[in-house]
This record gives sequence, structure tokens and C-alpha cells, in this order.
Amino acid sequence: MAAGVAAWLPLARAAAIGWMPVANCPMPIAPRDHSKRQDELIILNVSGRRFQTWRTTLDRYPDTLLGSSEKEFFYNEETKEYFFDRDPDAFRSVLNFYRTGKLHYPRYECISAYDEELAFFGIIPEIIGDCCYEEYKDRKRENAERLMDDQEENKDSKLPNMNFRETMWRAFENPHTSTMALVFYYVTGFFIAVSVITNVVETVPCGSTPNQKDVPCGERYTVAFFCMDTACVMIFTVEYLLRLFAAPSRYRFMRSVMSIIDVVAILPYYIGLVMTNNEDVSGAFVTLRVFRVFRIFKFSRHSQGLRILGYTLKSCASELGFLLFSLTMAIIIFATVMFYAEKGSSSSKFTSIPASFWYTIVTMTTLGYGDMVPKTIAGKIFGSICSLSGVLVIALPVPVIVSNFSRIYHQNQRADKRRAQKKARLARIRIAKTCSSNAYLQRKRNGLLSELLDLTTSEEEQQHLNKSTSLLESQHHHLLHCLEKTTAHEFIDEQMFEQNCVESALQSYPSRSPSLSSQEGFTGTCCSCRSRKSIPLPNSSMSTTHTHTQGLQELSALHIQCAEQQGHSSSRSSLNMQPNEVGRFNCRERQITTAIISIPSPPAPIPEGDGHGPPNPGPSISTTASSNIVKVSAL
Amino acid sequence: MNLEGLEMIAVLVVVVLFVKVLEQFGLLEASYDDSVEDELELSAVRHRPEGLEKLEAQTRFSRKELQILYRGFKNECPSGVVNEDTFKDIYSQFFPQGDASTYAHFLFNAFDTDHNGSVSFEDFVMGLSILLRGSVQEKLNWAFNLYDINKDGYITKEEMLDIMKAIYDMMGKCTYPILKEETPRQHVDMFFQKMDKNKDGVVTIDEFIDCCQNDENIMRSMQLFENVI
Repeated sequence: MAAGVAAWLPLARAAAIGWMPVANCPMPIAPRDHSKRQDELIILNVSGRRFQTWRTTLDRYPDTLLGSSEKEFFYNEETKEYFFDRDPDAFRSVLNFYRTGKLHYPRYECISAYDEELAFFGIIPEIIGDCCYEEYKDRKRENAERLMDDQEENKDSKLPNMNFRETMWRAFENPHTSTMALVFYYVTGFFIAVSVITNVVETVPCGSTPNQKDVPCGERYTVAFFCMDTACVMIFTVEYLLRLFAAPSRYRFMRSVMSIIDVVAILPYYIGLVMTNNEDVSGAFVTLRVFRVFRIFKFSRHSQGLRILGYTLKSCASELGFLLFSLTMAIIIFATVMFYAEKGSSSSKFTSIPASFWYTIVTMTTLGYGDMVPKTIAGKIFGSICSLSGVLVIALPVPVIVSNFSRIYHQNQRADKRRAQKKARLARIRIAKTCSSNAYLQRKRNGLLSELLDLTTSEEEQQHLNKSTSLLESQHHHLLHCLEKTTAHEFIDEQMFEQNCVESALQSYPSRSPSLSSQEGFTGTCCSCRSRKSIPLPNSSMSTTHTHTQGLQELSALHIQCAEQQGHSSSRSSLNMQPNEVGRFNCRERQITTAIISIPSPPAPIPEGDGHGPPNPGPSISTTASSNIVKVSAL
Repeated sequence: MNLEGLEMIAVLVVVVLFVKVLEQFGLLEASYDDSVEDELELSAVRHRPEGLEKLEAQTRFSRKELQILYRGFKNECPSGVVNEDTFKDIYSQFFPQGDASTYAHFLFNAFDTDHNGSVSFEDFVMGLSILLRGSVQEKLNWAFNLYDINKDGYITKEEMLDIMKAIYDMMGKCTYPILKEETPRQHVDMFFQKMDKNKDGVVTIDEFIDCCQNDENIMRSMQLFENVI
């Protein structure tokens, strides 16, 4: 039922009294309205702007968010209103839909933002009123084209496993993928140019032999031109066969325009080879040579502008068709008129109507060669009408074509610009990502240091470290920490990782650091200990930096780069209490290895392979820590 | 001969053009209709959840908590359902260093209990209810369901290896110590050593629950996320 007329339902029901006298059977029982609510004002608070409306207004469309019980999820008990954290400007059109039954699309609104709002409130965009529907559809189509461009660029990225055939096809379609493809692209372009130029130069008269007048170069240097032609055609044939082999769908490839052009370009040569002997058909053979000019269309693979032009003409096919049709009509009309007008005059060139076609075309396109001119007064009058109307008829469809071309051309420009900017955008996005992961690494160090500071009971410094992270951040970091514990590996930043790789490559023997040996005495609570035994540590130079806590604590060794400590120098100063230990470090390449008592956090929720013995609860740390020397040095 | 040949071609060209022109007008309406139909896209799948009261009864969340959950859910997915790609996107944002898509796939299958390819708010809230407010037995059940990729009641070594690789993928490559190829496999072996009591190569739900209940670490960690909401 059209929801807009819901307000009139009581009238229709009341008017049903009119059927009662006529009905023979008893009527069904009316449904009872259980919730005898008075119609009440509902307050909708959208990001601070309060909208008010009757409940029944919203109930008109029960399959949307506001009309159904879904809005109860957004009810705020304290203020007795429904709070939505959305854009209040877009909400206006949504609420107007309930009031008037017509959904309008505001022109200033971004199309995807509007779509999201509609999706949020459960309204399908198809019910946008006719007044705004065209605009909505146009904007949506533009947006979709833009997104499609982006997707096509993404598809260009190399898929990991592509067989030879697919690689070749990609190389053909997109010359920038590999050097070979680029070479191939330029070579074919060069040969197309050579072929076209030879065709042109063939006909130029060059030099005269004394006994004959000027002969075209083609006849003078027959052999040379023939060799060039053969070479070009061979290249084109090879290219065509390769494309045919690499095409994912051979049938579709053979039907495509470019392949037809390729075939037409090389066919005359082969036909010529076959038919040189027969003199009768040499005339047709000469005609066939005309088709060699189609080789120039092969350039459209190399030039994007040509492709755009072709695409524009194709998309303006209806306008072009209209232009042609109206021109034909006008030509026939004016040719007939001119013929009959000039029939009377003597020695007129307008011998028949088809002969007048030429005059009409030349006049309508304002060429005016002057080889046929009307001599009678009537002819001159009609001739001028013809030229005036020619200007009009041609000028009408041209702007449509021009605007189409302009739209497509600009789209292409935008796509090129976006492609160029894409690298920069991706780099910036990657930086943002590494910032977030670096935040975690930073926090780790802060967190672990704060544990150390617990021992030295410096409360203010601990707070100073912790205040910069919000609750959300700390929860996120906890999640990452749990993942580390599950996999018994830790996150480090790229520079450390590269240094580790370099060191592990330099190490000729997997040397076990004393840390491992000292771990034998531990009751490894985290499987990290167990698995570390099998992994040789790359940096065996971390010699004596370990707390030997027999079976009470877990150890995690962190590499901290000096450069990133600047911000924490103040907090570190209290840790530099044992300068005599500094000398015992083999601080290679500004690396600091710190053995820190890690938080005995419970292992990750995902059950691990070995939960071998529980970690001791917290209170014991302080007692054991004081008995251990924690060696930390800061350069 | 030459002229005739070219004349023929010229006449052919004119005829073809004329035919094209007529085509344009003859089929103009038809092509227009086609384009209109093409533009009618199917509107996106929309889903509205059941009422608050019903959800309150089915899950262990209070009304306020359900409201908060729904607001967050609907903000991210205005259409009311999450499909797998959106879920992978969202989940990957928490693990910027590695590739979380494989694990997100397994998680998605664990949440999508009716296997219809999308996670609605009910699925979401039921899953959360088990994970945050359920008994230890229920939580372990859920974890078992997560590992059992083909839902046949047994965890095989291959399934566990897939899960383990997915977890290690999330770490990315910049880890200390450097991730080796065989690390996931070793981890799986350790897991099976612990869990597979009768050494038959698969872990059943009973073995799993038994073993986890006897492990204090695991038991303690089950309580870790009680106050997430």
C-alpha cells in the first residue's frame, strides 16, 4: 500500500459502513490496536540539531530505520530522544521524505556521502523523485566511471603466477610493464611509420631518365621498395600471429577492430604475391594497394589521442547519424530545386539531379569551389538559401560531439594525473601505516621501561610516560602484545630488521648467546623460551646483559636504537646507575641490547603449544628483581 | 579497371554509411531501452536486526551495551551487514605490519554461523556474547570451532597449520627473531603434542576442552577480555 496515503486509511475504513447493508455474510473481526498511544512528538537529535516530528510520520515507511524498531537502538534514556551521529544537512532530505513522500537529492551533496546516508537510514535510492533522479544518476555514473578507472589501474599490478601466454598478452596491451614490451612497442611503431612513408614516397616522381618523363620512385627503385614492403609486412604478420597466440579469447580477439585493421593492412601484400602473374586482375591489384593505407590506423595502439577520438566518434554515433541524415535530406532537396531552377539556362552544368549533388554539398559546407555556379536568378536565390541552411544544419550536432569528446578527453587526463599521483599517495599512506606501528614499538619501550621504573619507584616519570596514550591506543597495543606472545616473536621496526638480516648473514656459525644457556634454568612459561632454543640468535654479541632469574621470570631481549631514545633521556638517566657495566657491552653499530624483565602478562587467549608451568604472579617480581642486576645502558 | 574498382568501393562506402544512419534511427529506441535497463543496479543488500528486546533475551548483553554495539556496527556498515571484504579491511587495520586477510577469513567464517556469506548484527552480537560473557566451556567451544575449518568436529594438522600460518602472517616480516619457514609447523607440532592425547593425529572437542581446562595459563587467559565492553 502506498504509505503516503496511510493517513487516509481511517476515512476509507469509516466509509466501509456503506457496504454493510449490502453484505450478506458477517464481517471479520477488526484488528485491535494494542498500544493505544496518542500520537506523540519524537525528537530526533542529529549531531546536535534537533528535529521533531510525529511518530506516525515516521511510521509511514516501516521498512526503514526510522520507521521500524531499529531506531530503538539509538534511543537515549536520559534525554528521551533518539540520537544519531550523522550529518544533519543530509538528514534534512531524509526527514523530508517521511513528511512529503518524495525523496530529493540536494545538488551540493557528494554522491557517495549521500548514498551512505541513505544506506544508513535504510532508504533505497530508487525512490528519488523524478525531479532529482536524472542528476542523481548522472553523478552516480560519473563516480562509477572514476572508480572503474582506478580499478583498472589496480588490475595492472602483476599477479604472482602468470603463465607465459598471459605475460605476453599483458606485455602487448600495456607496454610499460617490461622492457621487452617497450622495445616491441617502439619497433612496431617505427615499422608502421616506415611502411606509411614508403607508400607515400612510392608515388613521388623522382628524377627523370633521359628517354622518359618523370617516373614515380616506386617504378624506378622497384626492388628497394619491394624489399621494404616485404620487411614491414613480415613484422606485421609476426606481430599479428603473436597477438593471436597470446590472446585470452582468440575468437573475441579476431572480431576486434584492431585485429581487423591488422589483417586488412597485410592482406594486400599477400594477395599481390599470389596474383602478380595474372594481368587481367592487375587492375584490381592496384585497387587493393589502396588498402595499404590502413596501416596508419595501427598507430591507434600507440597513440591514446587517436583512441579517444575513435571512442568519441563511437559514442556520438547517434549524433553523427542524425547529422548525416539531415544533410542527406537537405542535399536531395536543394539539388532537386537547383536542377529545376537551372534547367532553363543554356549550357548549364546542372545536367541531372545527381550532378547537382556535387554543387549542393560544396555549397552547404561553404566550400564554394566555383566549378558549378547558378546563372539564373532563381538559381542564385536558391543557391544562397542553400549555403545559409548548410551552415545551420552542420552547426547543430557538432557541439554535442565536441562536448562528448571534451568529457572523455578530460576523463582521460584526470586518469593520467591520478596515475601519476598514485605513487605519491601510496607512499603517504604507507608512512601513515608505519607511524601507527611505530607508535606501538614506542609504547612497548615505554611500557617496559615503566616496569623498570616501578622498581625504582619513580611515580611521576611513569605517569609522564603513560599519559600520552589514550585508552583506545593502549587497548590496541595490548592486542598487538597478545599477538606477540602467541607467536613468540616480536615486532621490530624496519631498520632493526634489516640490521638483523645483515648480521645473520654475516654470522658464519649459529652461536648461542649466553641468554639461551641461562634460560635453560628457567621454567619457560612462554613458549618463546622454548622456541628460541632452536633459533640461533643473530646477535651473539649480547653477552652479559641478562638477569639470571632462576625460573621466575621471562626474558625478552629488545634491540633499541639509540636514535629513538632522545625523548626518553630524562627517564633513562636514572637507569644509568651502573656505569661500570657499560664497558662490558659490545655495543655494535649503536645497538643497545637491553634485558628487561618483561611483564608476566598471561599468555594469549589462543591456546599455545606449551603452557608449561605457570608464570609466577606479580608480587614476586619486586623481590627477585632487587636481587638482580638489571643492566641497561644508554649511549 | 582501376576506376571501376574504386568507384565500386566509393559506392559501397556510401551505402554502408546510409545503412548505418538508418540503423541509428531504426534501433535508436531499442538501444536506449537496453541502456536504461543496464543502469538499474540492484540495490545493496540491506538488513535490519531484530528488536532490542529479542536480542536482549538471546544474548547476555544489557540494553545499553546492545545500543552501543549497534551504533558502532552500523557506523562501519550502514547497510547492516558485513561482507567478507569489508571485514578483512576492518580487521587488517589493527595489524598494520602484517597481512591479516587470511586470519580475517577464518574469523569471518567463525562469526558467520549460518554461512550465508555475510555477518549480520545478530551474528556479530551472538559471537561477542559467547566470547565475552560465555562460560569457559562455551569460549573453548568457540575457539575449537574457529580452528575446525571444515566444521567436521576434528582439528587436523593441516587445518591447524593453516590457522597457524595465518596468525604468523599477521606479524609481518619485521620480527625479532626472524620468522623462519618452519616456525608455524613447529608450533603446530607442539600444539598437537599437548592436545592430542590418544595420538590419533586429530584433536577432538573433548580432548581439546579437557586439555585446556587442565592448563592454568589458558584458563587464566580466557578471563582476559572480560571487560572489553
